[in-house]
Amino acid sequence: MKPRSLLLAIAILFTTTLALPAPPKTTAPDFTLTTLEGKPLHLSSYRGKLVLLNFWATWCGPCIAEIPRFSSWQTKFGPQGFQVIGVSMDDDKAPVQKAARKFQLTYPVVMGDEHLGELYGGILGLPITFLISPEGKILARIQGETDLNQLEKRVATLLAAKKP
Amino acid sequence: MKSLSTHKLHLFAAALFILLHIPIALAQNAHIPASSIPTADLIQPADLAASLQSASPKPLILQVGSHVLFAEAHIPGAEYAGPTNQDAGLQILKDRIATLSKDTPIVLYCGCCPWDRCPNIAPAYNLLHAMGFTHFKVLYIADNFGANWVAKGYPVAKGRS
Repeated sequence: MKPRSLLLAIAILFTTTLALPAPPKTTAPDFTLTTLEGKPLHLSSYRGKLVLLNFWATWCGPCIAEIPRFSSWQTKFGPQGFQVIGVSMDDDKAPVQKAARKFQLTYPVVMGDEHLGELYGGILGLPITFLISPEGKILARIQGETDLNQLEKRVATLLAAKKP
Repeated sequence: MKSLSTHKLHLFAAALFILLHIPIALAQNAHIPASSIPTADLIQPADLAASLQSASPKPLILQVGSHVLFAEAHIPGAEYAGPTNQDAGLQILKDRIATLSKDTPIVLYCGCCPWDRCPNIAPAYNLLHAMGFTHFKVLYIADNFGANWVAKGYPVAKGRS
């Protein structure tokens, strides 16, 4: 191959690479589970809202540290189309119900299991939080105790952008 | 005089009973940090994974955390015996090891949370220590079981038992 042809090939390859669309965001797996109040919760029914899906457990210290903030965000941002959903990975419902009363949670909580964990790529350490777009795409997967101030800013920014 | 001696003997027996049970009572304290476990009693994930693949006798491996997380993924051959931050979970562990010889090789692990925040591992360690076990190690999981075991490609099994 002549040097000019080689340069042309490299240029085409480079341009093509740049022109490639960004990889599509993964759609959050849908699920239907029962809330602590005994009502069915379908994730897909929250389409149109920015969803914060939080996997937690009552015995998990970092999880408990986050929950009061998530509860306050539901109150603060709920009217703007924001929804927190808690998924407890506790083995039993009783301590979860107790915690929900103690923290006066402002959002629904469902009991998760290993099948849901696998569906979400493995919930093998807590907490894990997913931020899901109004279109149902996973925007972020946050493993471990998060920087709540930074996350709150991100939620506010996304909600501001969501407004027509 | 004789009844006074008997009374003293009863008091001594009661004091001895209380003293013997203090370590177990302490083991049931859910707020003991994992960092209190001596480094010499820890085993690293890479070392345990290597020993599991070797021909040497395998230790009894006990997961002392969440049953849901255990069902999702656990070390092959491991048994569930928790959660040991709760009295009921500690009792499960206690029952499981009650009839074992004190020199049984045992590995405890949890991996529910970052090491310093794990509520289960230190109570489990303290229980084995209080019961006189001499050949046990604690698997050091810095972040969580997913990051420090599964993502490393070490062997994994699924299921509740």
